[in-house]
Amino acid sequence: MNNFSYQRAATLSDVVGKSTFVAGGTNLLDLMKYNLSNADTLIDVNALTDFHAIEEVPDGLRLGSLATNADTAYDSLVENRYPLLSKAILAGASAQIRNMATNGGNLLQRTRCYYFYDAHAPCNKRVPGSGCSAIKGYNRNMAILGTSDQCIAVYPSDMSVALSALDAVVNVSGLNGERSIAFEDFHRLPGDTPEIDNNLQPGELITSIDLPEKTFTKNYSYLKLRDRSSYAFALISVASALELEGDTIQEARIALGGVAHKPWRVKEAEQYLTGKKTDRQNFAAAADIILQGAVGFEHNAFKIELAKRAIIRNCIMALDPSTQLPGAQPSA
Amino acid sequence: MHTETLTQTYPVTTGTLREITLRINGEERRLSVLPYVSLLDALREYLDLTGTKKGCDHGQCGACTVLCDGKRIISCLTLAVMKEGAEITTIEGIDHPIQQAFIDHDAFQCGYCTPGQICSAVGMLQEGKAKSRDEVKDQMSGNLCRCGANQQIIDAIMDVKGGENE
Repeated sequence: MNNFSYQRAATLSDVVGKSTFVAGGTNLLDLMKYNLSNADTLIDVNALTDFHAIEEVPDGLRLGSLATNADTAYDSLVENRYPLLSKAILAGASAQIRNMATNGGNLLQRTRCYYFYDAHAPCNKRVPGSGCSAIKGYNRNMAILGTSDQCIAVYPSDMSVALSALDAVVNVSGLNGERSIAFEDFHRLPGDTPEIDNNLQPGELITSIDLPEKTFTKNYSYLKLRDRSSYAFALISVASALELEGDTIQEARIALGGVAHKPWRVKEAEQYLTGKKTDRQNFAAAADIILQGAVGFEHNAFKIELAKRAIIRNCIMALDPSTQLPGAQPSA
Repeated sequence: MHTETLTQTYPVTTGTLREITLRINGEERRLSVLPYVSLLDALREYLDLTGTKKGCDHGQCGACTVLCDGKRIISCLTLAVMKEGAEITTIEGIDHPIQQAFIDHDAFQCGYCTPGQICSAVGMLQEGKAKSRDEVKDQMSGNLCRCGANQQIIDAIMDVKGGENE
């Protein structure tokens, strides 16, 4: 880690237009220890008390960007109105990290691609133009959707998979004032600029995340498949939220994690399910639509079939959310 | 390896020593640190509180778990300068039935993960969210035990916690 100077911000005007911000520090300080991030000044934003609250707003719920992941997952408004979000947050990281990590930081966490973390390996995300070691390397946990010939890294957040399904909105503040970004527009696909993870502009700070009125409290499930049953990043995760009338689907939301450079949602599949019965064949057909265009690499082609099965399994689990297990493991 | 072409340029050295006061195990401790010193290194290298262990130093093992304002955190991924004003409790400040339960259940072999396991267990019991044995296992997954005493660790916690242990 390089030496750096440390400042504490007291007001929003202390931070807009600046970088690099530290809140929980759980990703940033890890990156700095590997010399993958090396800011010469860290601005501690934890004293910006306006952005710690979780509060009702006219059209839904506002999550402060500085509220911790644990405080958010266990907030009674979140637990009761957006149980899908609560489940997804609790499927991520460890209890200690959830006590530290903030909502804004969760959105901004960087990929855990082995080659991104290995400063000796070529990586277009770390050093643009140096090449991608993952495409022909060990790529078991890499992406199968939305990849480019520059980068096949996966965005690792669980929380963001639920936020994607729930149509959240990210509110940011910068030198040009405030703006709101639809969740699907927040993260980017790698394309020719894999070094840019998201559409936050330099000097902008995430202030809050808005959840719209639609809550999906009756039929929801988060499923996370990984090499150990807890405290590992997803090979595949699925957030499913259904609105049912009897056994007919009125509205469906399905988002995937662990498959791409951003949470993966395919509206065409959700429209396909609208008006259909809640049976396995329909969920399987939706899964086929979602995985259209998926391309596997040497060690991760299995993820295409695994993702389809996870979608079916999780949509069936959403019919009875009580079947969800700690750590978002598959139901028995 | 052509490391110099594959990593970014280091910035100039700008950090300067800061005088900070940390409140640890009920005592105020003054120390002078550069901003990059983690809370873990401040405890071990500056304050001689070596009960808190450095395992991976990357937030993957939980050996450095301490309580911060009553909540369990990993001390390796936070900075000492960020914890001014917080109430830190390390294993040296813990006096809890879980400690005897670890002995009774043979919940360690080498003992290196034990301070972190105990701080984490105390934090988990205070959180009160885990009810079943499966939930306790999930809630304790941030603390690795490479000797493989995990079953006994969960046994010890369930013994203190009470309730269903299936």
